[in-house]
Amino acid sequence: MVNKENEKDKFLAPENEVHTVIGPEGEEITVDPLKDYFCEAFPKVHEPKNKIVENFINWARAESLWVLGFGTGCGSIEIPPLLSPRYDAFRFGVAMRATPRQSSVIIISGYLSVKTLKRAIRSYEQMQNPKFVVALGSCTINGGMYWDSYNTINRLDHYMPVDVYVAGCMPRPEALLAGFDSLKKRIRAGRAEGANEYASNFKWYKANQKKIIKDWNMPDYNW
Amino acid sequence: MKKNKLINWKPDRSRFPEMGADGKLNVDLDSQKYIKVWQGPNHPGVTGNMSLELTIGGDEVVEAKTHVGYLHRGFEKLFERRKYIQCFPTCIRMCVPEADSNEYCLATGTEELGGIEIPDMAKWLRMLALEMARLQALLRIVPGQGGTMGLGIGVQWGLYVRELILDRFEELTGGRIYHMYILPGGVRGLLPDGFAARMEDNLKKADQFVKDIQDLMYNNAVFKKRTKDVGYIDPSWVDKFGIVGPVARAAGVKRDVRLDYPYLHYDKLEFDYNIETGSDIYARSMVRLKDLKTTIDLIRQILAKMPEKGDIKALTPNVLHWEIPRGETYVKSESSRGEYGFYMVADGSEFPRRINLRGPSYTHAIPLLEKLLINANISDVSSIMVSLGTCPPEIER
Amino acid sequence: MKEIIENIKIRFKVSDVILQRQNITFMTTGKESAIPLITWLRDYEGFSHFVLFSTVDWNEDGFFQLTYLLNNPVKKVDLGIRTFILRKNAEMTSAHHLWEQVATYQREIKEMFGINFPGSPRVGESFLLEGWDDIPPMRREFDTKEYSEKTFFPRPGRESNDPATYMKSKLYPNEEK
Repeated sequence: MVNKENEKDKFLAPENEVHTVIGPEGEEITVDPLKDYFCEAFPKVHEPKNKIVENFINWARAESLWVLGFGTGCGSIEIPPLLSPRYDAFRFGVAMRATPRQSSVIIISGYLSVKTLKRAIRSYEQMQNPKFVVALGSCTINGGMYWDSYNTINRLDHYMPVDVYVAGCMPRPEALLAGFDSLKKRIRAGRAEGANEYASNFKWYKANQKKIIKDWNMPDYNW
Repeated sequence: MKKNKLINWKPDRSRFPEMGADGKLNVDLDSQKYIKVWQGPNHPGVTGNMSLELTIGGDEVVEAKTHVGYLHRGFEKLFERRKYIQCFPTCIRMCVPEADSNEYCLATGTEELGGIEIPDMAKWLRMLALEMARLQALLRIVPGQGGTMGLGIGVQWGLYVRELILDRFEELTGGRIYHMYILPGGVRGLLPDGFAARMEDNLKKADQFVKDIQDLMYNNAVFKKRTKDVGYIDPSWVDKFGIVGPVARAAGVKRDVRLDYPYLHYDKLEFDYNIETGSDIYARSMVRLKDLKTTIDLIRQILAKMPEKGDIKALTPNVLHWEIPRGETYVKSESSRGEYGFYMVADGSEFPRRINLRGPSYTHAIPLLEKLLINANISDVSSIMVSLGTCPPEIER
Repeated sequence: MKEIIENIKIRFKVSDVILQRQNITFMTTGKESAIPLITWLRDYEGFSHFVLFSTVDWNEDGFFQLTYLLNNPVKKVDLGIRTFILRKNAEMTSAHHLWEQVATYQREIKEMFGINFPGSPRVGESFLLEGWDDIPPMRREFDTKEYSEKTFFPRPGRESNDPATYMKSKLYPNEEK
């Protein structure tokens, strides 16, 4: 049974406790959601295989960047103009997808409150490798205008590995296109290894995240 | 010939919960008739970052709860740490799509408590900035109603015309989204040369857009079928829930802050309430289209009636050491979504005591949406939310 | 506007009436007569639109000030009613039976200031903050800068551009702090 005094179980939602359900033929099945429905393994580091094949695959990854459409903060008001005919981003291979399973880039547009950070981490961990993070605005660099607020984070790279920072408040759509350009150069040179960095420093990132997200009711890595 | 049975088909209501004595539905989650679905913060059909916890039976929503708080930055606590002039860059970011209403309300409240009168030319320029902000916000929202149903081309047309207006803002103030143009005492600068001619070119493009969108969306049979008689608001709810703005005007109630409590020089311009009866999604969309036409007309009137020269800034004490005497006030203005107000309390020191924002989405998104979504089809949830004009940053500041 | 104030003064005890602008007035009343006054204004004087429910923290005097803002759409006037309650064990009767949005305002005030409204629906649930275990954040004794530096990792190297300290270092560089 769940002991509510226990630190770990204090914020467990009722549907995640151990309980029994009745199957379609009337039999009783015991279910433990955090062990049965989620995988408990930690992410691994993947080394590149062959230099020539890797160069070709990096070119393919750089020319087709699918972005998760998660507007997290103020900066998400400059993303629809990016897709409008004036600053067309489709010609660079950038498209918006609604689900994290089918996208490779997540744009953190602006500040992140503690509640949104939990959902952003969940989305980031559900993306498939290799994945990249583009951080927009000065709030991700050092807290920006809300540096003394009790609900917004100050440095994004303590919670997620960031590849490209685009400074400004808001950055113009042209600045964002330049950011995508430098991300492509990084991918082609083979230096955009955010997912491997996350896997090798996993314990440090998790400790930082758990320090500020006090009601942790998810598994440690959301596959 | 047999009559087609599907024409007279009525949905089977026997499996739906009954209304209890206290007005709440008795929903039994274990009976496997209902599932709980979160239309969460990362969703293309939700305006901004808000999530809805829906309990669904079959295809219809039985109960809905709104969850906010994903964009909470603690503005009202930040204001207590900053002096009055330092609050301005921070307060613009409270409502992101239409930033000038925040500046105007804060500047007016500060001037009223500090006892400053602004010159005539500054009032005309403030009106011009407010109307241009309303135009660019409406150009995003009006075709957005079709965007929830898959009609994406109207959004692209609207965004193109909106870019032209943002170019004019950049010429006038230096920034696209956050302007910092309205400051206590007046405004920051005069109009550049040739501004009126370029603005008239852009307004002609906006007129063309209004004609195009009427053919594309409002005369469209699919749009009419999906929006008429959906999301009906009874006119007696307008006072019970505190509904303002286009949502109230679509129910036939005449509410507009520019005409009821005239501020700046709105009493010198000629316009009227835009009323529709009908109070469904189609009527609200129609009211916003009429507001768009009114705004284009108002900008033309302002540019014609504005004086040629004048002072743009009144004399204020040194803004870094400005001590405002004790008092409190409530200033309001009309944004594209409704009545927008600031409640300010000053206590005689250099720092404000309390600044509280009253946004129209506070009542539209939480009590009203939870009531409207009962018995709505799951594919209409997004349309209803967009038609109420909810903007989550101003709910949770 | 003056007749409305006269009508109120006959029936209820109000003090500190300030006519802020031509169509907005603020007045103070006691804690027990606030809700009856608002109910009478809604039913008999036509103040049918509820605008805002706000709180101000006067911690030097030991009071919370609650402000109810009402609006009469026919006569086009605003009225602000102030009440003062003590800071210790702060509690106030709930007004959620009068308008629907008051319940939401009361939820937010309970979370941000710690004032309890017994009987209000869903008042104990968390509204804006998630997993918050400190004192209610809008109170004056909560220091937000110190909390932010303690919990979130600030980037070193932030300088202050306060003109007073800058000019002082330029004009009097040898003076002690």
